[in-house]
Amino acid sequence: MEASHAISEAVKMIKPQVIAAYPITPQTHIVERISEYVANGEIDSQYIRVESEFSAISACLGAEATGVRAYTSTSSQGLALMFEVLFIVSGMRLPVGMTVVNRALSAPINIWNDHQDSMSCRDTGWLQLYAETAQECFDLTLMQYKISENKDVLLPSMVCLDGFTLSHVYEPFYVAGEEDVKDFLPDYVPTHAVLDPEQPLTLGPIAFPSHYMELRSAQVEAMEDSIKVIEKTFKEFSDKFPVQIKGSRPEKYFHVEEYRMEDADIAFVALGSVCGSVKDVVDDLRTKGEKAGLVKIITYRPFPRDALKKALKDVKKVAVIEKAVSPGGYGPVFEELSSLLYEAKSGADIRNFVVGLGGRDVKLDHIQKIYDMTKKGSGKRQEWLF
Amino acid sequence: MKKPNQRIDFEGIKSKVGGVEVTTGAVLESSGSTSKTKTGGWRSMKPVVDEKKCIGCGICWTFCPEGCIEKKDNKKFQVNFDYCKGCGICANECPVKAIAMVKEEK
Repeated sequence: MEASHAISEAVKMIKPQVIAAYPITPQTHIVERISEYVANGEIDSQYIRVESEFSAISACLGAEATGVRAYTSTSSQGLALMFEVLFIVSGMRLPVGMTVVNRALSAPINIWNDHQDSMSCRDTGWLQLYAETAQECFDLTLMQYKISENKDVLLPSMVCLDGFTLSHVYEPFYVAGEEDVKDFLPDYVPTHAVLDPEQPLTLGPIAFPSHYMELRSAQVEAMEDSIKVIEKTFKEFSDKFPVQIKGSRPEKYFHVEEYRMEDADIAFVALGSVCGSVKDVVDDLRTKGEKAGLVKIITYRPFPRDALKKALKDVKKVAVIEKAVSPGGYGPVFEELSSLLYEAKSGADIRNFVVGLGGRDVKLDHIQKIYDMTKKGSGKRQEWLF
Repeated sequence: MKKPNQRIDFEGIKSKVGGVEVTTGAVLESSGSTSKTKTGGWRSMKPVVDEKKCIGCGICWTFCPEGCIEKKDNKKFQVNFDYCKGCGICANECPVKAIAMVKEEK
């Protein structure tokens, strides 16, 4: 099945009471399929056909404020249009679930994949989980609600997957049984936000300088607390739903997936579908006696500091494979990882490789070249591989 | 569709951050917080209505962005200074120039 439809399938099992979405390539297949489910009466959800992504996320905010589960999905310009409301959703601590099908931002207009859209939203207070395979798309979508709705978290979440290179790819994946999913993810029980005329309350009030910092601090703390909740949820899921298709997902879900890192000297760090190719290159390097490994980041927000420190503890060199840029600075993953290695007093040589922007193919040759350059220490701190 | 019908345990969503009490997502256990927050103190200029000139047309009432102009029994209009921020739109819109903006003295 197509990875997009893996998400639709998961959403069907989650049964959000409200779904509001506006079509944008390459997210379209997800919401198209969900709208069919609703039209066929397969799920009892309100599907709101909104006139923009700003409305889509606002409708989800409103729905979630009444105490029900809400879902939306978007890409690129759509996510950019939601930007203002993203902060409001997280500030009001509403556990909305969203799928971001990663796509480049205009201009020049481009409908293909890179990570610029979701990376630009890393400070919005939303959790971000990145999927490599169709199976992970399905699984992470089920897990995102369990994590977001946890009373120690109550923050919205995005599951991010690469546009086309994952969203439109057909892969086998295992669909968990509906009863088991129901057992894993019970109905949402709101604890702080229920708009109801019988219980008047105020949501989204002004916070004066006397209270704003404290409320922000509480939000940041909830994000920190979510690290443990994610770990627990990943573990519970992995135990309840063991791997059915080998290689379709990590055996045990964790913030990061370590691939052949046992005695690695040089580590690739990457997110999303490119990890499949990186694993192939790592296998190839290993047969040649090279001590290479991959650290795949699944949880990007919250940034899993301890898990990454542990995974990169003994490596001498780190090559970050980055699909987003910050003009005037280094790429986002590289920046954060650099400061983390500094904090850990690691001393590892870390380099950034910008690849695959706007849907440019990332070939095995690119990854091999990244390895060679990292090993030799040649080139600039941040290199573009076209 | 199912209605949530969930009562909120307001005590349960309170916490202290740095000595200040906050609630999850800044939820308040009451409605009408906007009217409880008096914003009149932000004003540096205040509108003064000259009732002799006022023709009671209600344009000031229509245009006031704070909704803080009220109709009196004598059909003339007055300003609620608890909320008036002194923006001056009423004075600008008044067709008979019955509203003057004067410096706020405290």
